[in-house]
Amino acid sequence: MGLGFTIIPKYLDVILLGCAWTIGITLAAAILSFIGGILFAVIALYAPWLIRQPFRLIEWLFMGTPLLLQLFLIYFGLVQIGIDLPAFVAGIIGLGLHFAVYNSELIQTAILSVDKGQMEAARTLGLSRTEALRKVVVPQAVRAVIPPIGNNMIALLKDSALVSVIGVSELTLSAQRVIGRTYRPFEFYLMAAACYYVINLAMEWLQRKIERRISISR
Amino acid sequence: MTDPSHFVEIRHAQKSFGALEVLKDISLTVERGQIVGIIGSSGSGKSTLLRAINDLDPLTGGEVWLDGVQVNQKLSHRKYEKHINQMRQQVGMVFQHFNLFPHMTARENVTMAPLMLKGISKEEANTLAKEQLDKVGMLERIDYYPSQLSGGQKQRVAIARALAMKPKLMLFDEATSALDPELVEEVNLVMRKLAEEHMTMIIVTHEMDFAASVCDRVLFMDQGVVVEEGPPDVLFRNPTQPRTREFLRKHLEGAK
Repeated sequence: MGLGFTIIPKYLDVILLGCAWTIGITLAAAILSFIGGILFAVIALYAPWLIRQPFRLIEWLFMGTPLLLQLFLIYFGLVQIGIDLPAFVAGIIGLGLHFAVYNSELIQTAILSVDKGQMEAARTLGLSRTEALRKVVVPQAVRAVIPPIGNNMIALLKDSALVSVIGVSELTLSAQRVIGRTYRPFEFYLMAAACYYVINLAMEWLQRKIERRISISR
Repeated sequence: MTDPSHFVEIRHAQKSFGALEVLKDISLTVERGQIVGIIGSSGSGKSTLLRAINDLDPLTGGEVWLDGVQVNQKLSHRKYEKHINQMRQQVGMVFQHFNLFPHMTARENVTMAPLMLKGISKEEANTLAKEQLDKVGMLERIDYYPSQLSGGQKQRVAIARALAMKPKLMLFDEATSALDPELVEEVNLVMRKLAEEHMTMIIVTHEMDFAASVCDRVLFMDQGVVVEEGPPDVLFRNPTQPRTREFLRKHLEGAK
């Protein structure tokens, strides 16, 4: 059996639907990981000891164990305690929290490297520490880490293929299903790879746009 | 202790960092509308004293009073936070390194705190920004970011930012020390203007000429104590203390 790419258009709708799922899950998880990252970072640095502890557990869980296991735990494990999440929601939460922990590490470092004078100036004007963090320190820290967070988001896109194991018909699983019907793994895996590549490009473009929009010195 | 009758009153200020005592029992009063200069070499404690006034560097002992209210009250954490934020709104501070917020324009730097803390409207904030930036001669740079401004311009915006909170007292912590010599005068000019408007100011500075021309009173600090204080023409021309003479002589040599 030789190669025949002419078969692709026939299953294009399945592949594109898979793309749509991948994009949707990636975007939702990216937003969750970004907001979660800021939240985790502020808690890690400024929350009282007692509040920090459960977050340290979350951090350990999401950094120290395989993402695959985390997805199983959220999707299959939580059912036992009565939390029955749709597979794509479980996927978004798993990916989102996993990368939130990584983003948090970046943001923590960035917050600590914001000049001490910034907090002082804000406090001197009469802002509380929380207000100063929200308006002055965190926005500067976040601006500084947009490029490395962008790298994490590319990793997130690639790892989104893992949610196929809990049955979300994203790009990789869609390709697999088509292959199951056509026995054309090379063509359709390549097709899926091309789709990932295009989504990747779009994400890089988006990142550049965000960077330009909020860069400190225009 | 009786209530203070002075506008700013520092009583027996003491501050230690571990074994190092940087302020040793300093008492100081400032009246409304007065301009007090603090001079002294680095490490003399002058910045620490200034920063104790709005409790940025809390004292280990002693009291600070502003307009009849004790600044460094012993309160529970929550109450203290509320109290100190209230106090700090009344005290403007200008730093050596400007500390402008780099992600905000000049306008946003000036209006952020009033918008958050004074509940003014967007239009009021806009008027306020124009008014304050005009005062420091920075109106035409209202939408510039700090990175697009020179050091002197940044410092003028920083002064406008402090003034926008309508403070009763302004603290200047070596406001011109980080500036290129040719940029010093534009900042001094703004400070002189404030002096003409009878703003109460405490100015930590290395510029003797400026201190001499603008201050009502000058303090010379060394090793955590006020060695000598008096009107500038007395302190600079006829200092009574050997340490003051030594400092002024060295400073004069350095300026040559």
